[in-house]
Amino acid sequence: MATLKVPLTPEDHVQGDPNAELTLLEYGDYECPHCGRAHPIVKRVQQHFGPRLRFVFRNFPLTQIHSHAQIAAEAAEFAATHGRFWEMHDLIYENQDRLGLPLLVALAGQLGLDPQALRDSLSAGEFEPRVRRDFMGGVRSGVNGTPTFFVNDERHDGPWELEDLVAALEARRALAD
Amino acid sequence: MANILERGATAPDFKLPVTPDQKLSLGELKGQPVILAFYPADWSPVCGDQMALYNEILPEFHKHGARLLGISVDGVWCHAAFAKDRHLGFPLLADFQPKGAVARSYGAYREDEGICERALFVIDGKGTISWSYCSPIAVNPGADGILEALEALAPQAETSHR
Repeated sequence: MATLKVPLTPEDHVQGDPNAELTLLEYGDYECPHCGRAHPIVKRVQQHFGPRLRFVFRNFPLTQIHSHAQIAAEAAEFAATHGRFWEMHDLIYENQDRLGLPLLVALAGQLGLDPQALRDSLSAGEFEPRVRRDFMGGVRSGVNGTPTFFVNDERHDGPWELEDLVAALEARRALAD
Repeated sequence: MANILERGATAPDFKLPVTPDQKLSLGELKGQPVILAFYPADWSPVCGDQMALYNEILPEFHKHGARLLGISVDGVWCHAAFAKDRHLGFPLLADFQPKGAVARSYGAYREDEGICERALFVIDGKGTISWSYCSPIAVNPGADGILEALEALAPQAETSHR
């Protein structure tokens, strides 16, 4: 059973109560269609558990097969430095079929971020090391494709429909009790 | 699951087509670590695809001076189309004729289905297997084991290569 090798750090993007008893962590790629399909499922898992669950997203772009995955990840990191990570994250997945530089720039504008600053950041590769760090941490933890979920510290293998993730999280809760 | 060759065994040499008119032998790569990744077939689903993942990690393998070779029973033209489609930056070898002979010599052939196991071997610069792993056929084994095995080889890799 693969386990998470890189513990949560303050650098991570965490949604929900930082002290929640349950953690769902996703290694994802913004251009991956499976991740796109997982996005609303994760939302429903979050609704199901409410404050008992925190959700963490880390970047795992497969840049050789998804030509926009890297800039999308960097754009989300850019938004994060302005406190808008999750809005950007959601908007990218909600508009995944139009993913590309024009979309990312438009989304930045929509969030009140400076589109030119985003362009400059992407050209300079400002967040490239950070995205690569996420990626290599995922490799170390046995991430083998996207999306890969971890329930607390353990990799969740197999299907990730709503009922699968809920069951896996419930099982962890039962263990903790 | 098959009984694959284990740590300490000498890696069986082979010479397999890598393009329609070129062959590559293990012996030619002596002096540097080699990662052999046997896999069942080209064209498995994209996002969870093992070869696409390794392609992404290639720079890390290269940091260790290691060469990655993918091997399946698919023919050279199939490999060429697959590598082009996925932009693969490492060679795919065709264990096509006689079918599966190299996989069999590593204990990594599934006779019933006529395909390779999903088996990984890290071979040191002297041609000895230093790590091997056979994954359940449907599970992409990822790359964490390979990287750990390469790190264990590191002092040797530094003196014999780079």
